Amino acid sequence: MKKILAVDDSASMRQMVGFTLKKAGFDVTEAKDGSEALNIAKQQGFDAVISDVNMPVMDGITLIRELRTLPNYKFTPLLMLTTESGMDKKVEGKAAGATGWIVKPFNPEQLLAVLKKVIR
Amino acid sequence: MSIDLSQFFEVFFEESLEGLDAMEAELLNLVPGEEDLETINTIFRAAHSIKGGSGTFGFNSVSDFTHVLETLLDQIREGKRALTAEHVNLLLKSVDCLRALLSALQAEQAPNLEEANELRSKFEQILGVTPAGTEQIVTKSKPAEPELNTYQIDFKPHHHLFKTGNEPLYMISELAELGDLQTHAFHNEIPDIIDLSADDCFLSWRFFLNTAKDESAIREIFEWVEDDADINITLCGGLFAQEEPPPAAQESIAEKLASTPAVAEVIAVNPSPKAAVAKVTTPAAAESTSIRVGIDKVDSLINMVGELVITQAMLSQIGEQEVTEASIAALQEGLAQLAHNTRDLQESVMRIRMLPISFVFSRFPRLVRDISQKLNKQVELKLLGEQTELDKTVMEKISDPMVHLVRNSLDHGLETVEQRIAAGKDPVGKVTLNAFHQGGNIVIEIMDDGQGLNTAKIKQKAVANGLVSDTDELDDDEINELIFMPGFSTADEVSDISGRGVGMDVVRRNIQSLNGSVEVSSAAGVGSTFTIRLPLTLAILDGQLVRVAKHTYIIPLISIVESLQIDISKVSRVGKDLDVLRLRDEYIPILRLYTIFNHQGAIETLDKTLLVVVESDNQKVGLLVDDLLSQQQVVIKSLEANYQKVDGVSGATILGDGRVSLIVDISGLIKLSGLRKPGSQDLIIESKASLEAS
Repeated sequence: MKKILAVDDSASMRQMVGFTLKKAGFDVTEAKDGSEALNIAKQQGFDAVISDVNMPVMDGITLIRELRTLPNYKFTPLLMLTTESGMDKKVEGKAAGATGWIVKPFNPEQLLAVLKKVIR
Repeated sequence: MSIDLSQFFEVFFEESLEGLDAMEAELLNLVPGEEDLETINTIFRAAHSIKGGSGTFGFNSVSDFTHVLETLLDQIREGKRALTAEHVNLLLKSVDCLRALLSALQAEQAPNLEEANELRSKFEQILGVTPAGTEQIVTKSKPAEPELNTYQIDFKPHHHLFKTGNEPLYMISELAELGDLQTHAFHNEIPDIIDLSADDCFLSWRFFLNTAKDESAIREIFEWVEDDADINITLCGGLFAQEEPPPAAQESIAEKLASTPAVAEVIAVNPSPKAAVAKVTTPAAAESTSIRVGIDKVDSLINMVGELVITQAMLSQIGEQEVTEASIAALQEGLAQLAHNTRDLQESVMRIRMLPISFVFSRFPRLVRDISQKLNKQVELKLLGEQTELDKTVMEKISDPMVHLVRNSLDHGLETVEQRIAAGKDPVGKVTLNAFHQGGNIVIEIMDDGQGLNTAKIKQKAVANGLVSDTDELDDDEINELIFMPGFSTADEVSDISGRGVGMDVVRRNIQSLNGSVEVSSAAGVGSTFTIRLPLTLAILDGQLVRVAKHTYIIPLISIVESLQIDISKVSRVGKDLDVLRLRDEYIPILRLYTIFNHQGAIETLDKTLLVVVESDNQKVGLLVDDLLSQQQVVIKSLEANYQKVDGVSGATILGDGRVSLIVDISGLIKLSGLRKPGSQDLIIESKASLEAS
């Protein structure tokens, strides 16, 4: 079973993403900010990470930059959740090592469709 | 796969309302020109989360509105715009507006968008954008005509592509879903093994795609790697024939395909029609019945249960042994341990329902800010003991009475700046909310350093309203008590802040319905303090067990003033069947519990019984009982849920011997005995007056 780490400070988004992925047959671990996610990611491996950008303590861009420097996450798909207005965030995210982005708002079907680009 | 999004609504509403609370608190801390980035960031994040969530869950009215807020906050955050006092006020209004929108949606009602639209246009004015900006985004290009075209796609990833986490194989397989795909891979750039870096990508591809989709659908597949690859998409005339040999790289196709088996596999993939998306149904949202519990509380609970299991094991071991003196001692010790465990467990379980009172306190900074602005007074609010914990149900019910008391303090208690300066006081008035535990109660104090209660004015008003007579000698405390009487108000004019004088008696009644009490103490020119005392929980009650005939009743300990033997010479009869005891300076009506509850065989001679003097609604009565038994904590069982409502009884409990005992409802009892008809004036004062006249 493929493992995905879902990071969002909003509990409802986290639950929605988590629930959708679990239903699609993924093993999902949730984290509420970048710092928590980084700690979890260091302890166990994941096949993909999906992270919100705006979060307290450590934001999503920093998380992606940190993850990409870890040997285990060299090739791992790291996706960020952005809003349609955040084009400059996409550029910033790519520069930090993000694989791609998912534009909010999205529904569960869209999430899974996008995910197929990087993990199957 | 269809997922019912409504299952996440409750969490979304809960966290959004929490986010609004946080936004509000941070906004109140903001001083334009001195704002720090972290505060702005916190506010931005709250707005951002609400926008993201509401968009995802389909609450477009909320996400559209939050969008303008977010844009403004983003500009302030990026330093592109300076924060002004107007912004803060608008943002605070938006918090209220969003709260209303969310509450309406939560209750599954159509939200009122008038205020939101008004605020939104104000934000748009500030931002200098044309209204209805969102509609422009909505208009998207029409889907291309369902006509088959052939595209040639050249895809040459840069060496670092794998390190972005992207996977060409999956992209190719997505391409294959768009139509008939021919794939040609080029491996001529793969270096000698010596120079080969395993992390890099050296392959490139050329695809021919027969598809009804337009170029943007193809671009979307490569969207994430636009900067990490050379991508060339060209429209070719006519469809390619399946048999036709590929125009380029002809010589080594078979070989290349063999070298990339995964790609060969991909060619075979047939485009499959998209599964129909089932409609999301929305069942009625369940009422919010969940509470958040800290993990430490659950841990301590598990700890207690562990202890309980150990004690149980110990006791059952003793039970299997032969009965000796030593085993009896051990048994007693075990039982003491069990009692200890049970009490701990009870406390822990109760703690689960406990929340810090900051949940209520947190709404006051905003309230005080708004009211003091309206009244043009300067007020400093101090919150103490915010971490004091209180039962969730009690908390929900104490909020309104507290709001009322704080409003009163601001409106009537505190003086205007000029008055304060004239009185030689600090121009800034202080209101302090303090909460702490005392015994099994929580005490909440609302203190102000204002002018104190005006006793002369209160008495004058009470006389005018016929609550007391002019000749009554009342000390200050007694006069202050008058403000809790029904229909009493000293505000010269009715203001929109303190209302119409329906307040204080309602405040007291609400607090009493929680088995609590409220008192006031005041000193002229120094200030006044309202003290609310509440039981920590509504589920357990400290009770005094009393015997009436053969039955055991429970009187709530909090309402008992004293218990005494009756001095028969001080008893007089009023009317045809009411006995009144003169106790110090008061006249206490005597209620015979055995008559009220219709029991035979009770002691009827007054001087052989005991009188329990209780107080409710500021009214003292004596309850005649045969005997006082023990005091103990009792668990309240609802009579209404198990039987039906019984007048004069607030509930029941089960005693140690298994018998059911009724809990006396003092204020219900007073009503029942006809001493006071519901809503009418106090009969006791009348009886007192008639006694004094005789």
